[in-house]
Amino acid sequence: MAKEQKRYGCMAFFETPEALVEAVRSVRTAGYADTEAYTPFPVEELDEALGISSTSVPLATFAGGAIGFVGMLVMQYIAAVVNYPIRVGGRPFASWPAFIPAALEVTFLLAATGGVLAMLMGNRLPKFYHPVFNVQRFERASQDGFVLVVRMEEGDTSRLRQMLQGLGAVQVDEVSV
Amino acid sequence: MSASMHDERLLAREHTYTSLSDKVGELALRPNGRLWFIAFICSLLLTLLFVAGVGELLAKGVGIWGINIPVAWAFALINYVWWIAIGMAGTFISGALYLARQKWRSSLNRYAEAMTVFAVSVSGLFPIFHLGRPFFFYWVAPYPNRMAVWPQWRSSLVWDFLAIVAYLLVSIMFWYVGMLPDLGSLRDQARTRGKQIFYGLLALGWRGEARHWKRFESLNLLLAGLAVPLVFSVHSMVALDFSEGLVPGWHSTLFPPFFVAGALFSGFAMALALGIPMRRWLGLGDIITPKHLDNLAKMMLAAGLFVAYNYAVEFFMAYYSGDPYEITEVRDRLVGPYAWVFWTVVFCNVLAPQLLWSPRIRRNTVALFVISLLVLIGMWFERFMLIVNSLFRPHLPSSWGMFYPTLWDLIFLFGSVGLFFFMFTLFVRWLPIVATFEMRKLIHELKESG
Repeated sequence: MAKEQKRYGCMAFFETPEALVEAVRSVRTAGYADTEAYTPFPVEELDEALGISSTSVPLATFAGGAIGFVGMLVMQYIAAVVNYPIRVGGRPFASWPAFIPAALEVTFLLAATGGVLAMLMGNRLPKFYHPVFNVQRFERASQDGFVLVVRMEEGDTSRLRQMLQGLGAVQVDEVSV
Repeated sequence: MSASMHDERLLAREHTYTSLSDKVGELALRPNGRLWFIAFICSLLLTLLFVAGVGELLAKGVGIWGINIPVAWAFALINYVWWIAIGMAGTFISGALYLARQKWRSSLNRYAEAMTVFAVSVSGLFPIFHLGRPFFFYWVAPYPNRMAVWPQWRSSLVWDFLAIVAYLLVSIMFWYVGMLPDLGSLRDQARTRGKQIFYGLLALGWRGEARHWKRFESLNLLLAGLAVPLVFSVHSMVALDFSEGLVPGWHSTLFPPFFVAGALFSGFAMALALGIPMRRWLGLGDIITPKHLDNLAKMMLAAGLFVAYNYAVEFFMAYYSGDPYEITEVRDRLVGPYAWVFWTVVFCNVLAPQLLWSPRIRRNTVALFVISLLVLIGMWFERFMLIVNSLFRPHLPSSWGMFYPTLWDLIFLFGSVGLFFFMFTLFVRWLPIVATFEMRKLIHELKESG
C-alpha cells in the first residue's frame, strides 16, 4: 500500500523555538526552499527565516473600511436628498455632520469584516483536512511542539532526514497525503 | 524569594508551555464540577424568569413596567446603558492594552472579551423591548422596503442602533478569531471523538503555520486599532441618545466623555467581579496573579476619579449656566425625592473606590470583590439618577410625577443578570478561558529576558 501513497514531505519536531528557527535557516540554505513551520504561538523570527512577505490583511481592512465609509455616506445622501427628502426646520437635506456617526460605525464594522475575511481566505480556512494532521505527534504543535515540515513529494528522503536529525530534531516523520 | 516579589509576577515561575496548555485545556475538557453545576442552574433559573418576563411583555406591552409620562424611560434604558458599559473593559483590555504592549493583559483578555460579547448581547435586548412593538425593531435598519421609508439619519437613536450592531459584531469577530489557536489546542488535547469534532469544527482547521500566525497577528493588531475608537464612539453614541434631547441634566456636551469614563469604571469592576471568583474556584491563581488584580484595581480607581470629577462638573455647569431648570434638576439630586439614589451613588462610586489607594486593599481579594460589586451597584444607580431624576420633573410643574418600579421591572433587571451569567457559565465550561497562545508567548519572552 505504501508504494502508491503520495508523500507530502518530511516532518521534524524540535523542543524550542530557537532550535526551530535555526533548523529553518539551515534547511533553506541547503536548498529546501519549500518549508513550513508550525508553532504553538507566533514566533517573529520565523517570518524572516521563512522569507514570508507582507500579508494582504491590512489592505483588505482598509478596503472594507473605505467601502463602509463611502458607501454609508452615499446611502444616506440618496435616502435623505434623492429618495425621501423631508424639510425639517429649514435644515439642508444633505446634513453631512449628522451623516458622519452612521458612516463611522459602518466603517469600523466593514473594516473588521474585511480583515477577518482576508485572514481566513489567506490562510485557506476553514480547511478541516490537511496532510500534517496524519502524523500523530503533530497534536503537540498546538501545545508545546515546534514543527518543521519540508515539502518533498518524491525522491529519497534519507539525506534530508539525516540533516534534520543533525539539527537537533527529536523525531522525524514522513507525512503522507 | 519574598512574598512581595512573588506578587509582582505576571505568571507563576514554574509554568512551561506544556503545563500551561494542560492546565487550561483541562478546565474545558474535564467533567462538570459541582460548583459549576450550581452556578449553571441558578443562572438558568434566572434566565427562565427573564424569558417569562419577555413573554409577559410581548403579550401585554410595556405597561407591565412602571413607566408612564413623565418618566417614560426607566429600567429598560438604565439596564441598557449599564450592560453596554460593562462591555467596555473587555474591549479596552484586549484593544488599548494590546496597542500599549501591556503584557499583563494576556491572562485577562479572553474572559474580558467574553464578558464584552455577553454584556453587549444582553444590553441590545433592552432598547428592543422598550419599543412597544419589539417585533418591528428592524425598521430602524436601512433596508429596501415597500413603504419606501428610510431611517431618520439625523437621529441619535439610528446612530446608536448602528453603533450597537457594529460593536457587537466586531466584538464577536475579535473574540472568536482570537480564540482560533486555542480551539485548535483543545481539538488536539481532546480525547473523546465528540469533543474532537466539536473543537475541530470550531477551530476551522487552524494549524499554527508561520504564515497563519503572520496574518493572524496582523489582523489582531488591526482589530485592536479599530476596537479602541469603536468602543469610544459607541459610548459616545449612547450618551448622545441623552444629550440630543432638550431635557435638563441631559443636554450637555459633557455626556460623551462622561459615559466613556463611566463605562470603563463599571467594566473594570465587572472584570474584577468575574476574575476574583474564577481565580479562586478554577484555581487560576497562578495565571491571574495579585499583580493583575492590582492593575485592574488601579484602572478602576483612575476611571472612578474621572467619573467623580464629572459629577462635580455637572453641578458646576448647572449653576454656571444659570438655567433655572438645570439648577432645579441638580438640586433635586441633593435633596429631592430621589436624593437617596444620589447619595448611594456618591457612596458606591466616589467614596468606596478611594480605599483602592491602599496597596493592602488592592491585594485583598475579598475587599476588592466587595468594592467592585459596590461600583457595579453604584453605576446602576448612577444611570437611575441620570434618567429618572432628569425626567420626573419636566419644565411644566403640572406634569410632574414619580416613578415606581413594578415587579416586572425587577424581573427584567435580575433576569438579565441571570442571562449574562448563563452565557458566562457556558463559556467557562466549554471554551478556552485563557488565551493560551499569548501566555506561551509570554513564557517565551520571560525566558528570554531571564
